[in-house]
Amino acid sequence: MQKIYVDHAATTPVHPEAAEAVMDILQNNFGNPSSIHQHGRQARKQLDEAREKLASSIGAVPDEIILTSSGTEADNLAIVGYVHANKQKGNHIITTKVEHHAVLHTCEKLERDGFSVTYLPVDKDGRVNPEEVEASITDETTLITIMHGNNEVGTIQPVTAIAAIAHNYGIAFHTDAVQSYGLIDIDVKSIPVTMMTVSSHKINGPKGAALLYTEKGTKLTPSVTGGEQERKRRAGTENLPAVAGFAVAAVLAQKDMQNHYKLYGQLSEHFITSLTKNEVPFEVNGSNQNKLPHILNIFLPGIDVESSLVQLDMAGISASSGSACTAGSVEPSHVLQAMFHDDQRASSSIRFSFGLDNTFEDVEYIAKEIKRIMNR
Amino acid sequence: MLNTTKKPEDTRVIVGMSGGVDSSVTAALLKDEGYEVIGIFMKNWDDTDENGVCTATEDYDDVIKVCNQLDIPYYAVNFEQKYWDHVFTYFLDEYKSGRTPNPDIVCNKEIKFKAFLHHALTLGADYLATGHYAQVRMEKDGTVSMLRGKDDNKDQTYFLNQLNQEQLQKVMFPLGGLMKQEVRDIAHEKGLSTANKKDSTGICFIGERNFKEFLQSYLPAQPGQMVTEDGVVKGQHEGLMYYTLGQRQGLGIGGSGEPWFVLDKNLNENKLIVGQGFHHQGLYSEGLYASDFNWIDDVVRQEPFSCTAKFRYRQMDQGVTVHPKSNGEAYIAFDEPQRAITPGQAVVFYEDDVCLGGATIEEAVKTGESVGS
Repeated sequence: MQKIYVDHAATTPVHPEAAEAVMDILQNNFGNPSSIHQHGRQARKQLDEAREKLASSIGAVPDEIILTSSGTEADNLAIVGYVHANKQKGNHIITTKVEHHAVLHTCEKLERDGFSVTYLPVDKDGRVNPEEVEASITDETTLITIMHGNNEVGTIQPVTAIAAIAHNYGIAFHTDAVQSYGLIDIDVKSIPVTMMTVSSHKINGPKGAALLYTEKGTKLTPSVTGGEQERKRRAGTENLPAVAGFAVAAVLAQKDMQNHYKLYGQLSEHFITSLTKNEVPFEVNGSNQNKLPHILNIFLPGIDVESSLVQLDMAGISASSGSACTAGSVEPSHVLQAMFHDDQRASSSIRFSFGLDNTFEDVEYIAKEIKRIMNR
Repeated sequence: MLNTTKKPEDTRVIVGMSGGVDSSVTAALLKDEGYEVIGIFMKNWDDTDENGVCTATEDYDDVIKVCNQLDIPYYAVNFEQKYWDHVFTYFLDEYKSGRTPNPDIVCNKEIKFKAFLHHALTLGADYLATGHYAQVRMEKDGTVSMLRGKDDNKDQTYFLNQLNQEQLQKVMFPLGGLMKQEVRDIAHEKGLSTANKKDSTGICFIGERNFKEFLQSYLPAQPGQMVTEDGVVKGQHEGLMYYTLGQRQGLGIGGSGEPWFVLDKNLNENKLIVGQGFHHQGLYSEGLYASDFNWIDDVVRQEPFSCTAKFRYRQMDQGVTVHPKSNGEAYIAFDEPQRAITPGQAVVFYEDDVCLGGATIEEAVKTGESVGS
């Protein structure tokens, strides 16, 4: 049976060069970067090099990079750490209804802790209106957190405009760029973001490494206390093997960004053509112009997403609904709900997300399988 | 096992897995026989508490462990909406009408062997297997009979009485010929991670919680009087729905003499009728009226006939004569008077080991009341 992986928005295969870097550290450089002896120094050197590469990939300086274990942890540190450290300025947060749960559930928790949160709606493309962002700013607003590219439908938010608004009002702006990083060139000096989340395993790096870019001078309450690592904002011995792999993956992603962008766009296009050729009725969920090329979320009228994903899996195709699962069963997507206010559409949509190994033949095969499923 | 022209390796069997030992062993046995086995967990109820703890998540974790041990794929499916619409709504409605519902029977009829079976067939399954203690037998004429499970103490045909031919043709019950202890032994032998898991008890959506509190959160309680058959007030009840006919516990009536029991419910006057003694005359019936008949062989009975029956799960079979009425209902005459016949529960019929089908108890006919059939 064929094995086709089209769930790269969930995670990606590790690039051989990144895997090699991980293995190299595991086997040859076990030291603790905080130690003062030669083993420590050797590890510290690797860590600094990796941090330097990661920083320069977004136009930042190494001091502005806080390494974490995951994108979720980075989001938590950014949001919880910022609002707690800046409590005296106010207690209001602005976000959207289509954020990743790492942001949404964190905001919900803060609400229970006494903060107030505005969850902005989005249009049918999944985009938030910058004017609405501005209109919801109050004297109490300290933080705006709005994702760069959506993980379920790939819609890119107007972050440049939002960042400018936040900047004008002197409000911090955090963006979760986990899905965009590696495909969109994001320079933190040209977009005035205060904080930005990036993760390793979405760009063919290993799991267990992510970073939070934090503009110099930003006050954060640490999420993990202990040693002096990450300038006391995130204690704990650094996961050097993963960080080293992350840095290699970041460099590779930067280098081939345009090629990847083009390839995923072509795969998406060819997939749509193949669906049409197979006379599959469908609609694309998301934006035409402002979208990440590797994520394609498709509404297939009449299908049941739970059963369809199992049938795809049985045909060797690993795809996803993009939304959360509880006890293994698919929950209606909060993103599609926010976009369409339509339960039916939310439970009849599948997310395909492409990666380096995907081919035109793959998407043709998937289109045929979808046709088969819809005919059942 | 049903006879099938396909070889096991070409036969896809989907096993409904709950995370318990029975369905774990069901999957293991089928895998041993060479079937293409897929485990699917049904999520019917969301009981996530304020700490984020959800028994479904824990049960699903057990399904994952067992399926990985058996090296079979596993999935989950969500029937929360259907369960609410078909089972829970029925459950509340029955309590509102002063009856005692049996949600397990309706769950088997509407969810496990309807929605879930349909899901399995959509996924290309040839059969749906479950860990029920019951047996299916293909007869020469092509109909499928449902027989009691070999383990008398575990036999679950009572809960499966509403199944029909269309469903039974697609069903496997691999545990039907085993004793519960044998199932546990197999689980231990195979080192299944669920081997020592406690059997679930009670109604699935209530679980270990306090039944009264659970019901209270959905139905407003209407306290009223507890009276004897002669109208003597013996105390207050907390709401008729909290009591079952024949119940002794929780009445709180003191005094001398024999213990007190619930004899009846008077819904119109919101009164609970109580009487003294386990064998109080008012607890006994000589027959019952039943509706919603299901005959497993799809043959509608029109003439009176004798067979055995159960009026509750795990009861010994009792001799009865079924007197069908023209409106599809029937009067069931008992050979011996029966205690605590409970409207809302099922009456299930047997001929030796074959389960003939069942119906819903509408009304008990108390001993001494005259009956025309």
